[in-house]
Amino acid sequence: MKHNVVDARGRSCPEPVVMTKNAIDKFDGQPIEVLVDAMVAVENIKRFAHNQGFDVEVIKNEEDYTLIIRK
Amino acid sequence: MRDSKIKIIASGGLVGILAAILVKLGNPANMGVCVACFFRDITGALGLHRASVVQYIRPEIPGFILGAFIMAKIKGEFKSRGGSAPILRFILAFFLMIGALVFLGCPLRMILRLANGDLNAIVGLLGYIVGIWIGTQFLKKGFTLGRSVKQPEIGGYTMPVFAIILIILLLSAPSFILFSEKGPGSMHAPVFISLGIGLLIGAVLQRTRLCTAGGIRDVILIRDFHLLSGLIGIFLFALLGNLIFNYNAFQIGFANQPIAHNDFVWNFLGMTLTGLCAVLLGGCPLRQTILAGEGDQDAAITILGLMAGAAFAHNFSLAASPKGVPYNGKIAVIIGLIIVVIIGFSKVLDFVRKENKGGVQIEA
Repeated sequence: MKHNVVDARGRSCPEPVVMTKNAIDKFDGQPIEVLVDAMVAVENIKRFAHNQGFDVEVIKNEEDYTLIIRK
Repeated sequence: MRDSKIKIIASGGLVGILAAILVKLGNPANMGVCVACFFRDITGALGLHRASVVQYIRPEIPGFILGAFIMAKIKGEFKSRGGSAPILRFILAFFLMIGALVFLGCPLRMILRLANGDLNAIVGLLGYIVGIWIGTQFLKKGFTLGRSVKQPEIGGYTMPVFAIILIILLLSAPSFILFSEKGPGSMHAPVFISLGIGLLIGAVLQRTRLCTAGGIRDVILIRDFHLLSGLIGIFLFALLGNLIFNYNAFQIGFANQPIAHNDFVWNFLGMTLTGLCAVLLGGCPLRQTILAGEGDQDAAITILGLMAGAAFAHNFSLAASPKGVPYNGKIAVIIGLIIVVIIGFSKVLDFVRKENKGGVQIEA
């Protein structure tokens, strides 16, 4: 699980999506976990991942969000 | 997904149609909304530059900020955050403004100019696309201004409070606030209509995240047409609005366009500089204004950089006019391009160095 975590908290647009894209490019079947702290990043990553044919589960934490991306 | 597509087109359309209405009600031609020009006018009204034809506290701007602020509060998205390379953001915003004032308009006004037949805007658009493309190359190579982090709560209120102060200064009109008696600065829609439209646009764009740089950037970077459809919405509805409300002013061509010049090279390069800065900043001036209302202090610094750029542009004869681009303005654009490219490369080198040392941990 460890090697598929992307921490994009605090990054400006569009860096969270670029970081997610880099992780998706290396997708090996293991779910990818992306951490972000802004709703706009959640929306952008969801839209991008859906367009790439991935499912996205959004978990709201206290201060941020965890997105689980899987096929 | 379909729903969000309709929303983004509708929000762009709303901006386009309201911009046409603002021109009808008194704003300068093809300048229903121009974020760069409006910050420039505010900078002038505050006496930070002395170009007497472009001084007015444009209520649309405090409207954008407060509209976004109120909506962010309602939706629980107001967050005091910042600290991501503030001085680099200031410099990028400074040069973004120089580029915009050499072209004569922010990217939003570029779309509005195009929607009224000003073909110089196509030249500007091509420059903007090139600037954005260069910016995306830096992003692909790992460019980042670093993380923003949580800031003291009160810092998030900086721009909303600034917006309220601007409205008070506009309404009370003390003698130290300068208002143009002629030129574009003297042309404006009624105050409360401008403010109301600003609030509405600010609130709507807080939801839909419309961004003129993002629209083109996302197509180049990730083949995502979501934000671009918002820009097309702006264009189509501004065109429609102009044909309905400002039909007599509609003219297709390069020459004699309102508050524009037809110097191709500098229209192109001005917008190249603006596009590049906007991508490295993570959003165009319109988007930065909305973010500043949400408590984003990196966007607040960006606004201060825009205003400093506007002050310098008019104090040192950098800004273009319908007569053309002054020599100083050309030099400033070239210096800007060089500095911004250096900033881009240096941040990429930082990233590469760290990666070689194994210090970058995107995979924890």
